[in-house]
Amino acid sequence: MAQTKRQMLIDPLVDNNPITLQVLGICSALAVTSSLQVSFVMAIAVTLVTGFSSMFISMLRNHIPGSIRIIVQMVIIASLVIIVDQVLKAYAYEISKTLSVFVGLIITNCIVMGRAEAFAMKNPPVASFIDGVGNGLGYGLILMLVGFIRELFGAGSLFGINILQTVNNGGWYVPNGMLLLPPSAFFIIGLLIWAFRTWKPEQVEEPEYKIQVVDAH
Amino acid sequence: MGLRSFFDRVEPYFAKGGKYEKLFPVYEMVESFLYTPKTVTTAAPHARSYIDMKRIMTYVVIATIPCILVGLYNVGFQVNSAIATYGASGWRAWIIEALGIGFNPANPFANVMHGLMYFLPIYITTLVVGGIWEVIFATVRGHEVNEGFLVTSMLYALILPASAPLWQVALGISFGVVIGKEVFGGTGKNFLNPALTGRAFLYFAYPAQMSGDTIWTPVDGFSGATALSITASEGYQDLAANGISWMEAFFGTIQGSIGETSALACLIGLAFLLITKIANWRLVVGCLAGTIFFSTLLNLIGSDTNPMFAMPWYWHLVLGGYAFGLAFMVTEPVSASHTNLGRYIYGALIGFMVVMIRVINPAFPEGMMLAILFGNVFAPLIDYFVVQANIKRRAKRNA
Repeated sequence: MAQTKRQMLIDPLVDNNPITLQVLGICSALAVTSSLQVSFVMAIAVTLVTGFSSMFISMLRNHIPGSIRIIVQMVIIASLVIIVDQVLKAYAYEISKTLSVFVGLIITNCIVMGRAEAFAMKNPPVASFIDGVGNGLGYGLILMLVGFIRELFGAGSLFGINILQTVNNGGWYVPNGMLLLPPSAFFIIGLLIWAFRTWKPEQVEEPEYKIQVVDAH
Repeated sequence: MGLRSFFDRVEPYFAKGGKYEKLFPVYEMVESFLYTPKTVTTAAPHARSYIDMKRIMTYVVIATIPCILVGLYNVGFQVNSAIATYGASGWRAWIIEALGIGFNPANPFANVMHGLMYFLPIYITTLVVGGIWEVIFATVRGHEVNEGFLVTSMLYALILPASAPLWQVALGISFGVVIGKEVFGGTGKNFLNPALTGRAFLYFAYPAQMSGDTIWTPVDGFSGATALSITASEGYQDLAANGISWMEAFFGTIQGSIGETSALACLIGLAFLLITKIANWRLVVGCLAGTIFFSTLLNLIGSDTNPMFAMPWYWHLVLGGYAFGLAFMVTEPVSASHTNLGRYIYGALIGFMVVMIRVINPAFPEGMMLAILFGNVFAPLIDYFVVQANIKRRAKRNA
């Protein structure tokens, strides 16, 4: 095997991050990151679903006919998402209301399907599980970072606990209203990608075309 | 030529291999600000012109002068008028009093001085903070700082309300310069107008300080709605009852951002830009046509619940940021369409969107900023279709 298990877990955090490098799963990253608590729950949910769906798909990989493999993968992923949804409704009803449709939409999250197709169909269960968890954690890491920035500067709190006393509550901090709107996550994710690629220049893509420079003659 | 020889003497320090090689953009900025730039185009295609980027940018700054003057006067006029009822306070009033200028709204000099007290801090903050970002990017990326930033900073300062807190001014220009321009490669590669990007950021981030009735004239206790929000709630016929005649709106003695209130000053600037051919007249024609057509259509449709429907086009042109946006932002050559047909379409799209946002979207009484940003985003697409249509037509002709 090309990768050690440790690499499988660590690589998706920075070097092969599903959001910042592969630019997958952006939709939910925009929608659920307005507070850290919600981002955290979403991160756990996606990590579990990606891990277990990869594992189960990998177990069945030699029995799934190629022509209907997507459908079979969807059934497994959907079942897991329903379990997550039901657990959230039972034990964290408030958060499940905030997450609303986005828990269900984990089914269509590109990261889950992507790992199933790219990794779990070709690798044994344990490796697939680790790979799935790693990618879920990579997704979660970005979600938490974005959630951290948005909640801290948008509402002055973290996990709902007041950090920066806002003006409305008699403090000094004027919250940045734009950070509570979903488009702000676009900017933050963009800036994160910028920061990651400055830190790891090998992630920078080849330019699609170059402006020709002709030497003066 | 003491200055020139000074530049020549210190140049080796900044040139490649010199001691301060990294700071070359700073040297280049100061030098080209004072003298004609030495660099010329090396790669094809060549187009010879008497005008270079430095001159274009300087002309735009010159064109804003009427807006600055009227803006200063109007801010001072509004503040001094309000002070008569609400009383003066703060360091600005203290300076004015120390200078013995007084708060008489009938005295133009007192008005301009008081306006300066509000405009200068905003403008200086913009220049310093935006300038720092420009120099950082120029140093890291190795491109030069050019006069484009003078235009951005001037336009940005003119579209802010006089009461804007300075830290928000700094945040907005940072966002405008970095996200609106530098991430795309700097001057000439930005598809959004950096000044408007910064303003839009503030509008969404700090709506309490960027919109409403109390921010336009920075006097405690004073509340004055902009003409557009009066129209949105009561209809344009009531503007007269609120003391706003069309002529006043045209000359600019109404509530609004610093430089945007006077349609006349914007017109003078626009005329200057058109005569010097910095601005393309097709953009202006397109924008006016879009607005006139669509607002007349809405007049004809009418509405019982929304008084904005009844506002005729000649009111649209003088209220809010329309004239300022038309003169200095629709005509901005970088973010507009580049084909002639595309310019008509681009202008018309903005003209149409302004009326659309102002009249039909109840969330925003003013639509010029969003309409121009919307147009900016579509400009490359418009160009693409115009170019494709041209290729198809020629292919057919030569088939």
